[in-house]
Amino acid sequence: MRYSAFSIVRNALSGNLNWRPQWRQPQPKSHYDVIIVGGGGHGLATAYYLAKEFGVKNVAVLEKGYLGSGNVGRNTTIVRSNYMLPGNEPFYEFSMKLWEGLEQDLNYNVMLSQRGVIMLYHSDGQRDAYVRRGNAMWMEGVSAELIEREQLKKMIPFLNYDHARYPILGGLLQRRAGTARHDAVAWGYARGADQHGVDIIEHCEVTGIRRENGVVTGVETSRGFIGCGKLALAAAGNSSRVGEMADLKLPLESHVLQAFVTEGLKPCIDHVIVYGGGHFYISQSDKGGLVFGAEIDGYSSYAQRGNLATAEHVMEEGVSMIPGLSRVRVLRAWGGVMDMSMDGSPIIDRTSIDNLYLNCGWCYGGFKATPASGYCFAHLIARNDTHPVARALRLDRFARGYAVDEAGAGPQPNLH
Amino acid sequence: MSAYRLSSGGLVDRSKVLSFTFDGRPLRGLAGDTLASALLANDQLLVGRSFKYHRPRGIVSAGPSEPNALVTLGSGARSDPNTKATVAELYSGLTAKSQNRWPSLGFDVGAVNGLLSPFLGAGFYYKTFMWPRQLWEKLYEPVIRRAAGLGRAVLERDPESYEKSWAFCDLLVVGGGPAGLMAALTAGRAGLRVILADEDFRLGGSLLSETETIDGSPASAFADRVAAELRSLDNVTLLSRTTVFGWYDDNVFGAVERVQKHVAEPSAKLPTERVWRIAAKRALLATGAEERPLVFGGNDRPGVMMGGAIGTYAERYGVSAGKSVAIFTSGSSGYRTARGLAARGMSVSTIVDSRPDAVDAAPDGVRVVRSGSIIDTKGSKRLSGIVVERSGYEELIACDALGMSGGWSPVIHLACQRGGRPVWSEDLKAFAAPDVGGGLRVIGAANGVYTLSGCLRDGAGKAAAIAEELGFHAAEAPLPVIDAEVEPSFAALWYVPGAKSKAFVDFQNDVHAKDLGLALREGFGHVEHAKRYTTSGMATDQGKLSNINAVGILAGMRGVSPAEVGTTTFRPFYTPVSFGALAGTSRDTHATPTRKSPLHEWAKKNGATFVDSGLWFRSAWFPRGGEKTWRESVDREVLNVRANVGICDVSTLGKIEVFGVDAAEFLNRLYCNPMLKLPVGKARYGLMLREDGFVFDDGTVSRLADDHFFVTTTTAMAGAVMSHMEYCAQALWPDLKVRFCSVSDQWAQMAIAGPKARDVLQQLLDEDISETAFPFLSARATALRGGINARLFRISFSGELAFELAVPAGYGEAVADQIMEAGRAHDICAYGVEALNVLRLEKGLLTHAEFDGRVTPDDAGLGRMFSAQKPDFIGKHLSARYGLTAADRMQLVGLKLVDKDKEKDMRAGAHLLKEGMKPSTLNDQGWVSSAGYSPVLGQHIALAFLKSGRERYGEKIVVWDRLRDHEVTAEVCDPVFVGSENTKLKA
Amino acid sequence: MASLITCPHCGVRPKEEFAIRGDASLVRPAPSASDEAWHDYVYVRANPRGRTVEHWHHVAGCRRFLVVERDTVTHEVYSVVDAAAAVRGAER
Repeated sequence: MRYSAFSIVRNALSGNLNWRPQWRQPQPKSHYDVIIVGGGGHGLATAYYLAKEFGVKNVAVLEKGYLGSGNVGRNTTIVRSNYMLPGNEPFYEFSMKLWEGLEQDLNYNVMLSQRGVIMLYHSDGQRDAYVRRGNAMWMEGVSAELIEREQLKKMIPFLNYDHARYPILGGLLQRRAGTARHDAVAWGYARGADQHGVDIIEHCEVTGIRRENGVVTGVETSRGFIGCGKLALAAAGNSSRVGEMADLKLPLESHVLQAFVTEGLKPCIDHVIVYGGGHFYISQSDKGGLVFGAEIDGYSSYAQRGNLATAEHVMEEGVSMIPGLSRVRVLRAWGGVMDMSMDGSPIIDRTSIDNLYLNCGWCYGGFKATPASGYCFAHLIARNDTHPVARALRLDRFARGYAVDEAGAGPQPNLH
Repeated sequence: MSAYRLSSGGLVDRSKVLSFTFDGRPLRGLAGDTLASALLANDQLLVGRSFKYHRPRGIVSAGPSEPNALVTLGSGARSDPNTKATVAELYSGLTAKSQNRWPSLGFDVGAVNGLLSPFLGAGFYYKTFMWPRQLWEKLYEPVIRRAAGLGRAVLERDPESYEKSWAFCDLLVVGGGPAGLMAALTAGRAGLRVILADEDFRLGGSLLSETETIDGSPASAFADRVAAELRSLDNVTLLSRTTVFGWYDDNVFGAVERVQKHVAEPSAKLPTERVWRIAAKRALLATGAEERPLVFGGNDRPGVMMGGAIGTYAERYGVSAGKSVAIFTSGSSGYRTARGLAARGMSVSTIVDSRPDAVDAAPDGVRVVRSGSIIDTKGSKRLSGIVVERSGYEELIACDALGMSGGWSPVIHLACQRGGRPVWSEDLKAFAAPDVGGGLRVIGAANGVYTLSGCLRDGAGKAAAIAEELGFHAAEAPLPVIDAEVEPSFAALWYVPGAKSKAFVDFQNDVHAKDLGLALREGFGHVEHAKRYTTSGMATDQGKLSNINAVGILAGMRGVSPAEVGTTTFRPFYTPVSFGALAGTSRDTHATPTRKSPLHEWAKKNGATFVDSGLWFRSAWFPRGGEKTWRESVDREVLNVRANVGICDVSTLGKIEVFGVDAAEFLNRLYCNPMLKLPVGKARYGLMLREDGFVFDDGTVSRLADDHFFVTTTTAMAGAVMSHMEYCAQALWPDLKVRFCSVSDQWAQMAIAGPKARDVLQQLLDEDISETAFPFLSARATALRGGINARLFRISFSGELAFELAVPAGYGEAVADQIMEAGRAHDICAYGVEALNVLRLEKGLLTHAEFDGRVTPDDAGLGRMFSAQKPDFIGKHLSARYGLTAADRMQLVGLKLVDKDKEKDMRAGAHLLKEGMKPSTLNDQGWVSSAGYSPVLGQHIALAFLKSGRERYGEKIVVWDRLRDHEVTAEVCDPVFVGSENTKLKA
Repeated sequence: MASLITCPHCGVRPKEEFAIRGDASLVRPAPSASDEAWHDYVYVRANPRGRTVEHWHHVAGCRRFLVVERDTVTHEVYSVVDAAAAVRGAER
């Protein structure tokens, strides 16, 4: 069923009784050409592009919980391509371009809102680092603007210009960046993949990876053995656990990152604003809640819940940047399990096992990467060849000395 | 006029009249009222508009679960949007405004959405607004954003203050109702350190609305008695107006106390709110139970309320919700409410009971319709009647208030915040708390115990057990006596069939039963999907009233038990908490600590302009009369250092004393260059790597004795280097005999640099510091004339003859004064970090502008420092990787502007392109790390990292700053612009 | 765990006094060890779901590195010992 204003009117006139499920609930077949482990944004996007762009349609996505139950439904919805390193920027810009056509491609409104992401700077050194980044973006053909203090005051008058511990001197703005409705991304890809024949199998937990003669033959699951020609892992925070089933040892630590939403408010924050005096970032959802977050809790964890000290620190940064947040009430906090990599950048690669493919290490950056991650992973799976924009994101970069360390923090995951 | 204040009764002070306004209208209430009870007493039932359809909405509850009665309290910078009128304590001068309506509450244009509702079903926005794409940000989204949202945040600076406090106790009791009070009393009498936190402004919980008597007197009197005794116990802390919002690891609870949210003129001496972190050995959850609304046609009409809430308004506040009250119930609680109202003299006309076989006794004169359903309600902005259906017959019954009672759900939110999932109980027909171990136990109605006597017994019993566990003894005490009680019973009724208009599940978000049907039809039958697709339970009340019915409806439609549907996840916060409370005092200039150098006052009196540098304030430059721009000052300072002498505060550098027989070995393993044979009395520049081979930090190492070193770090990395050293000493090589401590704050350190530095400094010292006696890279402990202990280093960050002098921090200012005095004849000037930066730039020396965490020693031109001969040091092994040694790595170079036009400059952050090449990531040749004007050379210079840069001296390169539309051509050169022969340094 | 840590030197202290360094099960290889051993030490993590050991640094306390043995799912802490003592114990 194609979605449009017309379909809404037509269905309304028949009492909205004729809408169909957005994706099927198929029984798993005994064998697929490709099995994707993980029914989050990346797994679903991979399945979608495999079927649509690369003609691989005999595909299953196995999800241990409900579809989209991981980080795709538990993030701060920010979409941007304002990276500095040549290993990252082309990849995220490729993603940004896919975002820009995603609604038409999927026939699903993921509410991409290109409201602009601005990262504030508070010192000359920080400005210089952002200038370096902005110019790296321009090198890739991505427009960026340096907004100086007086201009910023007009644009975002409610920032802490007068009493800040670290003076707000300006910001680096990417106008094309913004937000998207996170759940809709999962649902839209699921619907799209389903329409191209992909089987999305929820509540199907992979418990083992069967190998014969050094290649994967299928997976043991809570719903029985399912055979496959190729196996692709997109298990985010659980990547180490799934990898372990194939004796892979990965450069990952799982960490909890909290995000928060306030009570609904009338429109008051029109951009995504990132605080340079800390890690705080905030935007307003179309429903009115202010959605925000900051740094990870710091210890390795598989629990989808955070600690109070970190939450308090997030609020401190928020009020430091926008004093007027003080009386706004925070409604809900949630925690996501981040697959933090050793250089803060993701991994899309083959593995030592010929038909086993890996997609992990998304750290904080998974949501914005969803389209490119899916596309590049599908490219890799279908063609056994790395997509050009993902060349720097290979697993062997650590052994070869080509870490993509955007933060320059070195091999300690909780510093990225 | 239908809702009104009863002529007597209630726990309000009828002698204390409080005036307040609602939407500008002056109204009066009584001390002891909430805003909601006062509004009701003024017959102001309509208080808000719903989120999506802008439907008129009235007060539904009498507590924190309220979905509808959200108002903005206060005005200007003191606005509190989305405040629940049902928990807002009334005070004189309170101003309240309704929300989400335009132009007025009575006439709201947004209500047109209601007419369009067939087109605006759950998730409609995912299916449209996709064409043309540009219109989303320009048209569709702004319209949606404006229509959505509730209250308005002013985003002005909050004039009030907040604070935080830790508390520790043996037992935390959450909730001051019958179970909680009894538990606190039992534990308090047994001697435990008890904290009782209750969200209300008056202790007692349901006792304050209770119609039963305890020991023959009103339940509220019992609550007062217990509260008084608790107050008299030193080991008990009562925190009223305090909501426990979260349960965290190690039995730590977060709570927020509204210290003065209930006063018109807050005292500046008190915080407005205070966040408590309560570390409790044990905790008892006594949070009561929530009555369930019924999902029937027209159930959102103002005047339709929770049955228990109507009872509470009558009993506690002496307010009647209507002239003629009807009750719709699926259990005995509706009858109990009716009896209470009748006892207060209110008119109860009808009880509609969904059950066919109820045996509960109705008050005299109240008609009971068994097997009855309400299928619609009448009235516009206020209920005027209900359409009751029974056995196919419909009847319109007039009433102006309707109490709903669909049974009870224990409030178990906190118990489920750490991963435990609620457990469906067929007995309770509700989700109960999971067993979460001994740290947190549930008592009273939260535990599914619904009689008053049962609650008291449960509270006393579990508190006594905890006392025993913790080594106390609770003496047996007789429990209070309650008159005849009935164990409440009810039938689960998730949805009332036959609805003739919308039957709302989530009032605030306007989710009605059909939305859930649509969600299921479209494949969103999982409880999490249904929530996310319909937004049910996502409003400011987080579904406290609605979630259970949504689960029940989904279960019914899917033909499974609610147990199988399960619940969505309970997460903090139990009720919303302000940013301000959670941030406490850490805001504005107190957001992080401020560090000031021991020479801060000295710099200040010398006219310094300061700049932030991490936590530090550093003197940036010292403007003198007539200088209009910072550049003028900096140029003068630089030239003066090169020509005469300057003094600069370098106290912010990290300073670490290292002792021990293995100190040299330890440092030798820490730095990539050799440290083992550093002679006593000598300093050496040192480079530390991370284990991955990239530069971590640089600094100096001075050997003051065989087993005593003094190490400096950069300002930025002082903390990180100290931690790194501790890690290495403790976790890697604990057998090395080495001890160290940070002395960054103990020493004031100043650089005295310039050709006349020695002449100035010698005046303070008896010791000979001539080139022969104290050559370049000398380091030793000494004493100033007059006896002040000092350390003197012959090190330079400028290429000039230079010393660094360290004196105990307390003497810093006096010594700096003395140096200025001694230097006067030599034209000494104070210089700041800006001049320092230019001086080091001219000399090609590096800072963390260059060492950005991705640079190897060789990249920085310091490859010779990397000691391959040493058997081991941090970072050695992985430095050999291909990627770290590849020939095309970016290497440090200098850049000189080709065009000496003074207007043109180079700026840090620019990238580098070969002449004639198009900008692209592939063509990117490198980047400028530091740039500035060299007053010595009279031109702009820069340090940059350029691919294979050291082979490219003399090449012309484009310095490309597209971000600022700035492009110049520079010549690649050696990064040492000034004094490459080091003659001045070693003079 | 996420709220309180029992430091063997300072007693029960709040989480924010500590900085977390990471996996404490890793052993720094000998200088002559293989490239693979060094790669695994610096870059590969077992990342267990369940029991793990982690280095916590009591930065705002005794400044000792501690080995915290804990559960990454429940956040229960099983033991906290001084890192140096742990290394010496392992060597014995």
